[in-house]
Amino acid sequence: MKRYFSDLFIGGKSLVDGLVVTTKALFQPIVTVQYPREEIDITPNFRGHIDLVLDPEKNTFRCIACGMCERSCPSECIQVKGKKVEGKKKKTLALFRLDFTKCSLCGTCVETCPTQALEFSNEYNLAAFSKEAFHYDILKRLEERII
Amino acid sequence: MEILSTLPPELIRMVFAAIIIISFIFLNAVMMGYLERKIAGHVQRRPGPMEVGFHGILQLIVDGVKLVAKELLVPVNVDRTLFRLAPILSFTPVILPLLVIPFSEKLQARDLHLGLVFIVSMTSINVMALVVGGWGSNNKYSMFGAMRAVAQSIAYEIPILLSMLAVILMANTFSLKEIVGAQQKIWFILLQPLAFIIYIISGVAETNRAPFDLPEAESELTAGFHTEYSGMGFSLFFLGEYTNMFTVASVATVLFLGGWHGPPLPYGEYLGIVWFFLKVYFLLFFMIMIRWTYPRVRFDQLLNFAWKYLVPFSLANILITAVVIKL
Repeated sequence: MKRYFSDLFIGGKSLVDGLVVTTKALFQPIVTVQYPREEIDITPNFRGHIDLVLDPEKNTFRCIACGMCERSCPSECIQVKGKKVEGKKKKTLALFRLDFTKCSLCGTCVETCPTQALEFSNEYNLAAFSKEAFHYDILKRLEERII
Repeated sequence: MEILSTLPPELIRMVFAAIIIISFIFLNAVMMGYLERKIAGHVQRRPGPMEVGFHGILQLIVDGVKLVAKELLVPVNVDRTLFRLAPILSFTPVILPLLVIPFSEKLQARDLHLGLVFIVSMTSINVMALVVGGWGSNNKYSMFGAMRAVAQSIAYEIPILLSMLAVILMANTFSLKEIVGAQQKIWFILLQPLAFIIYIISGVAETNRAPFDLPEAESELTAGFHTEYSGMGFSLFFLGEYTNMFTVASVATVLFLGGWHGPPLPYGEYLGIVWFFLKVYFLLFFMIMIRWTYPRVRFDQLLNFAWKYLVPFSLANILITAVVIKL
């Protein structure tokens, strides 16, 4: 008999406590975002697809077209080509392509790069209708940033 | 116009009342659906519907258009007659209680002497519709939902009637208008708080709302009795549910919260409806908050709670009320 009433009392109290929680939540600000119209700032640690680093001093890429990233990539999704330019001793970067459909964002390319020429971008809302849209020309992306 | 004058005025009045009530039922369902989704959103700290119209106000109308446009699918091996009959059976009787509810002193379609009995008998037809739908669907989940609905409504019909009886003992009448009239000085919620609590709990259970939504428990029975229904078949069940909620809340307002009584307004005989609706929608808001607060009860808990707590307490309440009145 004592159990009967204590159950009633404890149960009733927990019901009131629950209502207090939800009533409070009802008047607290909304934490979600209406996505396509509003976007939240993405954390700088976010790993998007890789991008070439823009060297602020030279105002161009740091890449020396050594091909370390291409060789270290476990998914073989990077393609780097250099070319000889008249009057320069070393090769310069001519092509840097990334097949993002295969990339697993492991970051080995970023780590192995001897000149720290690669970084993760902050691109996260990626959507397209074809597979080819994810074959990025990373060099072109950088050139767009130079201007 | 000349035809109108030959008809008995009482008939015209009833036709008008029925039209207003039916259109109000649809309006109420749209408002409640919107309110429910908005409150659900804000309780979970998201905005709820925001896309269609200002703050998603037209969302339910768009949903309604979609439901009307959908194909009425009848699965193979179902009992076609029962399957078709169930949504209509669920929707039609819920209109009738609104005919006897006094929205204000003069806004009442018909003042029956046994108004409360009429309401109780009409609302209990709803469970019949659930059984017909669940049985006719030829689906084990629907059948389970229907069986649960029956057990639940038998268990909760008793405390709901007993808690009403306490008020009837005090008001000494079954007429809703006179019950409200008896609360001119003091609302019955102050004299019968226990009966009010029992009524609200059983009322939520009667309308099959969470936390007592076992007949349509999504996580256990896909959708319970309306698993097989699509388009308007499904939405008629929904209309029935929301209208039942409105009926339960307005009966609670009439019995306990003083009906149309409130601070005096000009044309109080008619504008009492403002107070009535404020009270009703407060109760409905409360019912929605309950839904988004509490988890679903287990079936044994559901029945235990009805038979072990609500029934004894309401019986004791009636006994005390009767003794006090006799003294």
